[in-house]
Amino acid sequence: MKLRRSMLFVPGDNAAALSTAFVYQPDSIMFDLEDAVSPREKDSARLLVFQALQHPAYHEIETVVRINELNTEFGLKDLEAAVRGGAQIVRLPKTDTAEEIHELEAHVARIEKACGRSAGGTRLMAAIESASGVVNAVAIATASPRMVAIALAGFDYLVDMHTRRSGGSEPELFYARAAVLHAARAAHIDAFDVVYGDVNDDEGFLREVAIAKGLGFDGKSLIHPKQVELLHRAYAPTPEELEHAKRVLAAAEAAHRNGLGVVALDGKMIDPPVLEEAEMVLERAEAA
Amino acid sequence: MNDLVAQISKQAPAFGRLQTFAGENAQTPYLANLETKLHRKVCGSLEEAIRRSGLKDGMTISFHHAFREGDKVVNQVVATLARIGFKGLTLASSSLLNCHEPLIEHIKNGVITQLYTSGLRGKLAEAVSNGLMQRPVQVHSHGGRVHLLQTGELNIDVAFLGVACCDEFGNANGSNGKLNCGSLGYAKVDAEFARQVVLLTQELVDFPNHPVSISQDRVDLIVKLDEVGDPSRISVGAARVTRNPRDLLIARRAADVIEHSGYFKQGFSMQTGSGAASTAATRFLEERMTRNGITASFALGGVTGGIAALHKKGLIKTVVDVQSFDGDAAESLRTSPAHLEISANEYANPTSKAAYVDRVDVVILGALEVDLDFNVNVITGSDGVMRGASGGHCDVAAAANLTIVAAPLVRSRIPTVVRRVTTLLTPGESIDVLVTDHGIAVNPKRPEVEQRLRDAHLPMMTIEDLRQRAVALTGEPEPLEFTERIVGIIRYRDGSVIDVVRQVKN
Amino acid sequence: MKVIKESLAGTLESSDLLVKVAPSDKGSLDIAIQSEVIKQFGKQIERVVTDTLNKLSITEGSFVIEDKGALDCVIRARVQAAVLRATGSEDMDWRKLS
Repeated sequence: MKLRRSMLFVPGDNAAALSTAFVYQPDSIMFDLEDAVSPREKDSARLLVFQALQHPAYHEIETVVRINELNTEFGLKDLEAAVRGGAQIVRLPKTDTAEEIHELEAHVARIEKACGRSAGGTRLMAAIESASGVVNAVAIATASPRMVAIALAGFDYLVDMHTRRSGGSEPELFYARAAVLHAARAAHIDAFDVVYGDVNDDEGFLREVAIAKGLGFDGKSLIHPKQVELLHRAYAPTPEELEHAKRVLAAAEAAHRNGLGVVALDGKMIDPPVLEEAEMVLERAEAA
Repeated sequence: MNDLVAQISKQAPAFGRLQTFAGENAQTPYLANLETKLHRKVCGSLEEAIRRSGLKDGMTISFHHAFREGDKVVNQVVATLARIGFKGLTLASSSLLNCHEPLIEHIKNGVITQLYTSGLRGKLAEAVSNGLMQRPVQVHSHGGRVHLLQTGELNIDVAFLGVACCDEFGNANGSNGKLNCGSLGYAKVDAEFARQVVLLTQELVDFPNHPVSISQDRVDLIVKLDEVGDPSRISVGAARVTRNPRDLLIARRAADVIEHSGYFKQGFSMQTGSGAASTAATRFLEERMTRNGITASFALGGVTGGIAALHKKGLIKTVVDVQSFDGDAAESLRTSPAHLEISANEYANPTSKAAYVDRVDVVILGALEVDLDFNVNVITGSDGVMRGASGGHCDVAAAANLTIVAAPLVRSRIPTVVRRVTTLLTPGESIDVLVTDHGIAVNPKRPEVEQRLRDAHLPMMTIEDLRQRAVALTGEPEPLEFTERIVGIIRYRDGSVIDVVRQVKN
Repeated sequence: MKVIKESLAGTLESSDLLVKVAPSDKGSLDIAIQSEVIKQFGKQIERVVTDTLNKLSITEGSFVIEDKGALDCVIRARVQAAVLRATGSEDMDWRKLS
């Protein structure tokens, strides 16, 4: 099971960042060709990302490329670079409808065929950045078997909603977060929480991570390398959680050995979702 | 009255050359005159001080570098000496920095013909590396410099020492006044060994001045100058806490190594070098100290504001300071009774009767290059040109119980881990652990440390692996080309020659 | 592809390089390289630049490269971008870029 706690954004036009981002060992690296790159530099950044994707240093980390929207002059070219360069996931910004995913999927399949990449090898993820995206989240998340994750992008969404971040418990994000989470669970894919923009405020970052983790988000989009370590530590299970997870898995193991169909621990039944969760806890503990 | 001395000699010839009393100030006529008794040391100008010091061509002059890039002493003194017409002088400064570029002219003109220093930077270093001087530069460590003074190889005729303030008798310190630079640890040594000691100050204060870093009984002459240093540049180039995420990653990892090394116990002692990753590690150590309820018995340095802050919080009991890298450290020295000023001899001289480096548990140092034998180069850049300082590196590396080098694996396109260092400064036997952003390598002679770090699930790899990773990123560098000509001699702390720097081929 | 106008790609930031292209008035391919690491990697940089240009079938043009310690993949990308801009090409053959 692929852990996706941290998705580190790397500006696609920043040569130094592209040359060193792998040392931070996030679960995923997202090369950004969209908001981070000025229109005049889109062509050069596209080539930087295309080359970086093929560098051996990135073969050990899951690579994601955020292309420009397909209805811009840049989107399709970005997609060519991403797929041909070997990106594992293409992130579509500002996804509002399932049709957009279908359109993306068709192009990806075409490019895979043209460059000899295995059909279906390129995965997709959607970024929800508007009210439409939120209300269509389930349809978007289930729009393609290639979908592996759905992310909430807070800034643009709040602009669309005619409001802004308020700090504290932030009720203005609650519905969107809940919608994205439910869509992710219904589609059995990962859910990513919003970017935390104040890189100097570690405490604020950790507070938000705690909220997101509590809600059930699998991971978070990160814009600064130092957030990777902070996030991984916050997502590390407590000794008690780890102990409990180990016992659950041991019980399942024992039941399996004894040919029992039902797994029980401390007088309670262990359903498959609980087992999955225990596996996830172990994964997170090992990765921390 | 009979001649008493004659009578004594007759009876007990062994008493040798005695003299008969000839008046209360017979031997010290300058004390008979009130003016000279009190004010004789203060010179009207630098020229007067030079004249009175008895400096001649071919002699040795010395300086200290506590003012760092804000120093104005070296350039002013040498310019004056050049004007007067001095030639063939040996210049021994505890270190030389970018601001000492004007020395190039004086070297070309034969005013200075020999350098002794712990480091060279900027244009001066480039010029020397390209063959500026007939005689090779002698590069020594901080402790090694004192050793050279003790053996007599380095023989200071006149020391020109800039101080923050002094009284007319010469009681001086670096703590009070506009040029507050903190510890005068290097200057103290010169004041001990030099034949003539000239203090340069912007501020002459009332007698008696204190605290006393340099005492009146070591001082011959005093000059008040308009400018002895630039306060705004005294901290420039020194340790500021980095925001660079890669340095922070390395710093955190270094703190992890310390935490799990087996040396992280109540009352442990520590030192951090002046590099970005080294100083940042202080912050990460603080977390671990607080979490584990551990305080340090002392921190040695090269002291930064970060160390001073931990001292203030009670996490470091005593601070032992040979050089204060920034204003916060200097302020701590001034105000805390447990922040001690020490000389370079007390700090790191291997043949001192006791050196603080020998009591250090863990130290984090930087490096320009580390090779497969863990040898370290901190002096020559990847282009073969000198651009760093020996400093206290080999001193504390040899003495500390656990020596950690923290550095990025690759700096732009320059690999840090190499097959063989360009210049050997600190031998691999002194280095225990290399911490990089790609992983951690432990010297094979410390298997117990390696095991502890492995058990703590830190990212371990061999130094060969690290080099492979570096080369995979940068490509294999072409070997540098040098001429046969030696431009620098690297002296190990005991005075022996450990390596040489040759002139770069252009 | 032919170099038909002047172009620039890249920056002088650390780990990057600036590539300046101009049409050649001599009908030849001229490459001038300045680098912080010219001693250790000068030959390698030249190899990468020449190789990249060959794959793009560029035989004429004046290329001035100011390198700040960029890795090979960055050199390739910036040279390719400069060529794209200098040739006025809209589409590229991705197979020539690897």
